[in-house]
Amino acid sequence: MALLTDLINLDLSETTDKIIAEYIWIGGSGLDLRSKARTLPGPVTDPSQLPKWNYDGSSTGQAPGEDSEVILYPQAIFKDPFRRGNNILVMCDCYTPAGEPIPTNKRYNAAKVFSHPDVVAEEPWYGIEQEYTLLQKDVKWPLGWPVGGFPGPQGPYYCSAGADKSFGRDIVDAHYKACLYAGINVSGINGEVMPGQWEFQVGPAVGISSGDQIWVARYILERITEIAGVVLSLDPKPIQGDWNGAGAHTNYSTKSMRNDGGYEIIKSAIEKLGKRHKEHIAAYGEGNERRLTGRHETADINTFIWGVANRGASIRVGRETEQNGKGYFEDRRPASNMDPYVVTSMIAETTILWKP
Amino acid sequence: MSLLTDLVNLNLSNTTDKIIAEYIWIGGSGMDMRSKARTLTGPVTDPSKLPKWNYDGSSTGQAPGEDSEVILYPQAIFKDPFRRGNNILVMCDCYTPAGEPIPTNKRFNAAKIFSHPAVTAEVPWYGIEQEYTLLQKDVKWPLGWPVGGFPGPQGPYYCAAGADKAFGRDIVDAHYKACLYAGVNISGINGEVMPGQWEFQVGPAVGISAGDELWIARYILERITEIAGVVLSFDPKPIQGDWNGAGAHTNYSTESMRNDGGYEVIKKAIEKLGKRHKEHIAAYGEGNERRLTGRHETADINTFLWGVANRGASIRVGRETERNGKGYFEDRRPASNMDPYIVTSMIAETTILWEP
Repeated sequence: MALLTDLINLDLSETTDKIIAEYIWIGGSGLDLRSKARTLPGPVTDPSQLPKWNYDGSSTGQAPGEDSEVILYPQAIFKDPFRRGNNILVMCDCYTPAGEPIPTNKRYNAAKVFSHPDVVAEEPWYGIEQEYTLLQKDVKWPLGWPVGGFPGPQGPYYCSAGADKSFGRDIVDAHYKACLYAGINVSGINGEVMPGQWEFQVGPAVGISSGDQIWVARYILERITEIAGVVLSLDPKPIQGDWNGAGAHTNYSTKSMRNDGGYEIIKSAIEKLGKRHKEHIAAYGEGNERRLTGRHETADINTFIWGVANRGASIRVGRETEQNGKGYFEDRRPASNMDPYVVTSMIAETTILWKP
Repeated sequence: MSLLTDLVNLNLSNTTDKIIAEYIWIGGSGMDMRSKARTLTGPVTDPSKLPKWNYDGSSTGQAPGEDSEVILYPQAIFKDPFRRGNNILVMCDCYTPAGEPIPTNKRFNAAKIFSHPAVTAEVPWYGIEQEYTLLQKDVKWPLGWPVGGFPGPQGPYYCAAGADKAFGRDIVDAHYKACLYAGVNISGINGEVMPGQWEFQVGPAVGISAGDELWIARYILERITEIAGVVLSFDPKPIQGDWNGAGAHTNYSTESMRNDGGYEVIKKAIEKLGKRHKEHIAAYGEGNERRLTGRHETADINTFLWGVANRGASIRVGRETERNGKGYFEDRRPASNMDPYIVTSMIAETTILWEP
């Protein structure tokens, strides 16, 4: 279908100044991504120069039919890896016509936390390890798995290559380059322990931009799986039994933690997180109880435990951080379907603002 | 098939001054598009410089066999996104050899209305939201739907991405760029509520050019679905049951409506439209009674109702227009298979020229 590809790849910058902006938002489930495109005079690099827009909230479970308009506020711009040229992706959040954030808008509160002077002063860095599973389209069974059966047990697949060990690498590699092109700070990728499962990492990112980048990275991944004819799952335990779940381990540090003496700050922060374990777990993703069992490199959901190099812990501190007396730590509790706005701001709030 | 593609994509501007002009017209059903190409000395940018042409009207139900010539008058030129270079698409309308518009020529009357001084003074703007459904070629069942069955219910598909939610995006994206290349004022696209259904918007366009641009956009879409091996449907209710129909919501404003105090002018215009509801409905597309049921974001076909942000109304006024006291309104009644020459000129005629 070469002619279709010619048209999709038309470079319009020769014929017009107009650009196409794809406005992206989070729908009524809190996990479904939606988007639509509009033509604008271009080019545009600053979100404040983009017009607000609106969409039919009654079609996404976010407004009633007789008062259906939900307003989109542009918050972050990325280059569009699909349309290229001067075309852009725009991460938005959602408001009522009166200017109130709608209930599913978790970015609003996160932005408030991240603009608190104490939080700003600590310059919180996040590195999020987004795991995900690829499923065959019509049977919703993991990619590469025999339909009606199972592959050999876990062991050979983590970081492997080979047609019998690694399923869907073209999606993962396309995603890596597409995200870098878009301006998302993808720091790496790897094949995961369960076959058909992969991980990419976004970071380090400061404050609110961590959430923006994860959401746009998820959007780009869903667009790429669409092209590949494969279904993306962010379910935290896609297959019951002796198969790993999928998480979104969140690595975190503040200025104080990164400076000399930081290790004590880290230990205090972990202590505070331990005191709010239940509150965090409640906000760390639906269905996480199927994943946090104490097996498969997780800590049991009701237990708060931390340790150096311990992958069976709720919170893991790297050996290098222990050695240097400063650095960062990894909250291993969030599920793959967590909302990064909620998780990143909650960690900052508990460790910087909250007093026990 | 790279040799064939090489030939299709030959850039002739190095070897000859000749150009290819594709003359496009509307056939006997009022909805079927026809076209044929001719070689001319080029380049040409002004329709008045193009020669009239003719075609076999007995093959399109527009003339008897023994007196079959129908004359084509070029009306608007667009760049050809398929042949590129200096090649053009030419939107035409149809006349008898004696110079009379044939019965299916709806542009002629529309042009008369749009050249009435009272209408010209009001500079009527149109934004048309063209919805359409993509069908699998041999079974005429929507693209992405299991043959002999149905996808999961509506909810996940509106503006969604993913191989299990968005079907045919490459057609939609190719169409977006092809239309921008051609000079058609496409203002945006989105995936619709029913899976396999999409929408593009043309506008703002002034007067008669809204109809020209929409018809050319439809032609380009049909050429692109042909390349993709998929069938285009403008039926207003392609699937019975709990599935949305397809419309061509027509957004409209005049100079008075766009200026201060415009909201009162808008309300009066809507009142006039209410008094001619039956006449407009009769001209707003065949089969619309299957779509305008009062469910699936429509108002019942026998009811005239307007409201702010109300997607269940015949006419919707946006919140921003209400707030600013000026702007535009959306006539949600036209079906996807409406003739934009008729709908745009009728709205102008009723609101500007007609007195109750």
